[in-house]
Parts: sequence; C-alpha cells; structure tokens
Amino acid sequence: MRHISLIFVLGLFWLLLSGFFTTFLLSLGVLTVVVAVLATHRMAAIDQEGHPVQLALRAVTFLPWLIWEIVKSAWSVSKIILDPKLPISPTMTTVTAGQKTVVGVNVYGNSITLTPGTVTVGVQGKKLAIHALTQDGAADLEAGAMDARVTRFEGGAA
Amino acid sequence: MDWTLVRDLVTWALLLSGSFFFVVGAVGMVRMPDLFTRMHAASVTETLGVGLLLAGMMLEAGIGQITAKLFILGALFFFASPVSTHALAQAALHMSVKPKLAKDLAARDAAAGE
Amino acid sequence: MTDPMFLVPIFAILIAMFLAVTRALAGPTVFDRVLAANSIGTSAIMFLAVLGFLTGRPEWLDIGITYGLLNVIGTFAVLKFFRHGSLAESGADAAQEEDA
Repeated sequence: MRHISLIFVLGLFWLLLSGFFTTFLLSLGVLTVVVAVLATHRMAAIDQEGHPVQLALRAVTFLPWLIWEIVKSAWSVSKIILDPKLPISPTMTTVTAGQKTVVGVNVYGNSITLTPGTVTVGVQGKKLAIHALTQDGAADLEAGAMDARVTRFEGGAA
Repeated sequence: MDWTLVRDLVTWALLLSGSFFFVVGAVGMVRMPDLFTRMHAASVTETLGVGLLLAGMMLEAGIGQITAKLFILGALFFFASPVSTHALAQAALHMSVKPKLAKDLAARDAAAGE
Repeated sequence: MTDPMFLVPIFAILIAMFLAVTRALAGPTVFDRVLAANSIGTSAIMFLAVLGFLTGRPEWLDIGITYGLLNVIGTFAVLKFFRHGSLAESGADAAQEEDA
C-alpha cells in the first residue's frame, strides 16, 4: 500500500516539475519513479517512518493549526526584535514528549523548532532539550498545549 | 466587484508583509547577542517571510504549474529548515558553545550599568 | 510583465542578504557564520523566485528549488565537517571515538 502511494506521490512530483507530456519525457519519468521506489525499497525506508502516509488525513486539520501558531509566535518574536530594549530572557528547559511513536516525537520536535522563539537543541529518547527566546515562550511550551495537539495528530497510529 | 483589483490588493499586502518579516528576521540576526537567539531571528525569515512572499507570488501566478512549483519550494522550506536549525543547534552545543541565558545577560547589563 | 509590485520584495531580500553578510563577517563563532550562510542561501532562493516574476520568466523557480536542496545539504556538510573534522566518517564511528 505504501509503495503504491509513494509511486503516486513521486509521479505527481515529476509531472508538476516537468509540465511536458511527450512520450519520451513521460517514459523517463516512469523510469525515474521506478528506480527511486526500488532504491527506497532496498533501503527498507518505505515504512510508517519513511513515508508516513497514515498522517495525511489528520494533517488537513493539524497543518493550519501549526501555521497559525507559527504566525502568532513569529509576530511576537518580530516585536521583540524591533523593541529598542531587546527584552529577551533566553531560557533552557526540558519537556517530555507525550507521543507514542518516533514519528510523533519527530513531528513534535520539528514543530517546536519551526515555531520562532523556540528551538529543539537536543533529543534524548522522549526528553527534548529546548532553547527558548523568552521565559514566557518556555512556560507556554511547558504548559503542553502543543504536545497535546501533536499527540492528537499522531492519533492511534501504532 | 472588480476581482482583479481585490486580488492585486491582497497580493500587495502579502508581498509587503512578507518583505517586512524578511528584513525583520535579518535585523534580528544582527542585533541578537548570541548564536541561539540569532537562530530564533533567522527562523522568522524562514517561516513567515518566505511563506508570505510565496503566498503573494502564488496569488499572482494563479492556478497552474508555477503555483505548484512555489508550493514545492514552500514545502521544502517547511520540512528542511527546522532540521537544519536543529542540526546547527546540536552541533554548536556539542562543540560546547554555551547559550547565554537570562541571568548571564542580566549580569552583563548590571556590569555595563556600573 | 515588469510589474513594479515585485520590486519591493527584491529590495527587502537584498537588504536581508546584506545584513546576513555583515553577520557572517562579524562571526564570532563558526556556527554564526554557518547560520548566516544558510540565511544568505534562503535569501538567494527567494531572490531567484521573485526575479523570475519580475522578468516574467518563472522558469527560474526550478533553479530556486535546486538551490534549496543544495542549501540544506551544504549546511549539513559544513556542520559535519566542523564536528567530526571529515566528511567520510559516520556519526556512530565518531561517537565511539569520543567515548574511547
């Protein structure tokens, strides 16, 4: 199943980048997709970690939420940058990821990094070391709203 | 309603705000006191600056191959920038570059005040 | 299709690139310079994309996408080089050497 979806995604990617529909170029595209899927198969990378298609449906609601979080925190970081006093209070903290799978922890860590104002600097199992620009940002993260949201996004994927 | 005008206005708004955040991120990268705080400033550029500029260009291009390519570029930033930021932070910590924390900055300010 | 609306982002990107260059020159650590280089790369990609629109040749987007991939790989290569002193070593080998 994952193979079929990977073939579909790669084919779509080729068509979008190419935009030509001549026989020669299409056959080159098919060849490329086949080689890419075979190589990925040999690396045993087509699993729920390498091609996490099980998250696609829930991503429809998760991504807008994440983008809105990014906009909010980018705005607050911009205000800090433009403030003449530069009111920063850099903080190191550790949060525990509540997700069950590796993919979930990965999504959580990357969501933290993607939101301006917080960066994941280290991962030990499920302990994430966070550097935050302000103490408020660190406190927000420790409150765990994002953790809960990512856990919901991860869902029952075992 | 003249939809072309509305679209142009929204495109202008997106491009202007994108440019604004692009420059703000770069200004932050110069103003911030240490590596880790500079990373936060750079991520403003890489998320909101890039995102708004790409959105403006998508609106200008309309539905088609160009929008698809802009979308792919946006997805590339979306997935790659946190990974390289994390790699940078981890490498810096590993090479024992210590982040300046709030109390260090307070101490420095107190020393500067004397 | 020389639309003046794209001149604003062009100038914004050039200013951002200039500020990133000053950061790259100022340092002080090598990681600040890597961060600045990454930022210059981001600016260059967006510059290519916007310039494509400004000149009415959006084909430049393809170059932008390629440059984006190179930017990521380049950052990793430089970081790995400064961390392990070589590009050929795997992370696991280096960790064992440090333990020994």
